Amino acid sequence: MPHAKLPRKSTNIDMTAMCDVAFLLLSFFMLATKFKPDEPVVVVTPSSISQITLPDVDIMMITVDPKGRIFFSIDNKLKRKDLIEDINSEKKLGLTPDEINSFALGSSIGVPLNQLKSFLGAPPDQQKQLISAAPGIPADTNAFAPNNELAAWVNSARNTNNRLRICIKADGDASFPNVQKIIKTFEGEKIFKFNLITNLKAIPSGTAAYDDAHAGEKKS
Amino acid sequence: MAELDTSSSGGHKKGPGVKKSKKLSTRIDLTPMVDLGFLLITFFIYTTTMAKPKTMEINMPYNDKNLTIEEKNKVKKSAALTVLLSRNHRVYYYEGIGDDPEHAPDIQVTTFSSTKGIRDEIIAKKKKVDGLKKTGELGEKDETTILIKADTTSTYSDLVNILDEMNINDIKVYAIVDISDLEQGWIKATEDANPGKK
Repeated sequence: MPHAKLPRKSTNIDMTAMCDVAFLLLSFFMLATKFKPDEPVVVVTPSSISQITLPDVDIMMITVDPKGRIFFSIDNKLKRKDLIEDINSEKKLGLTPDEINSFALGSSIGVPLNQLKSFLGAPPDQQKQLISAAPGIPADTNAFAPNNELAAWVNSARNTNNRLRICIKADGDASFPNVQKIIKTFEGEKIFKFNLITNLKAIPSGTAAYDDAHAGEKKS
Repeated sequence: MAELDTSSSGGHKKGPGVKKSKKLSTRIDLTPMVDLGFLLITFFIYTTTMAKPKTMEINMPYNDKNLTIEEKNKVKKSAALTVLLSRNHRVYYYEGIGDDPEHAPDIQVTTFSSTKGIRDEIIAKKKKVDGLKKTGELGEKDETTILIKADTTSTYSDLVNILDEMNINDIKVYAIVDISDLEQGWIKATEDANPGKK
């Protein structure tokens, strides 16, 4: 019986195709990626079954950390500039153009108005440290109280961009009175519709919402 | 041997015993490049935010100063359930709207747990209201109404949890209302009656 000779195969593989795939995927991820926005503080939001996704633009975000400090931010750089100019002229803060630029490029604000000038004057890497030690924006259950600076921010932001969606992103451990201050301030500003940022959790079975969500499946 | 070799790059002559230089292959080993590519992919996968944050929309009742108390209290008592949020994620609830200071309502305590928690009470209340609708005690337009009152010791997660229960149980009418001193007293009385559970 003749012995069949197996041809010895080379262990070298042509890597070109693999390289192509790798870089194709790489370019996809580079284009699709949107870096996580700078968060002033670590906030763990509670979960809900709500499946509405947050839109990308026109967001006013009010962040509350577990200690109850309030941070304020809006998304659009141009609008941020309008906003700070509005606040500057209204509250007579005397900000320099450099400080206004620093606000437009920065992220969240968590200092009272009287500390705003020194905060914005600080270099960006120092601002990050200042944010972690910031006292938060003063708020009150009365939207018209003079020390309710949150109301001033919200009001100016809505003047510069009336399509803003108003979101509260609060930590689950933040105490209710701190959140209530914000809700009451909104009420004073005639904002009755706003969003609470939550994580997604599964709908518990055997409830009305569960039946609703699965109504289509049963029929088909 | 007097021939000048112009083809070789080095310029030095090659003797008869010297082999011609090998033609270099144009193939490059692409493995490191692939490594690099996948390394970067991993980085971008990790940093990318694929899951967008979810949000819960809430509508607060329109708070007009011109509304009289009677208009605000249009809620039918038999269709209402008041839920009080308090410390340690505890939930107190009672039937009706608690407007009678003389007769303290029957306050019950529960939690947010998925079995035997507040959800079961809300479902029971809904059934009860449906029953009352059938007997004609409540009109067709009456809906189960839940008043949410959070006290100062409750946390934001309690609020989100109870609002979530509204969505879960398909309660269409609910409102976040300020807690009254009366109700805070009731909570305290219930706590005092159950010492050691604080």
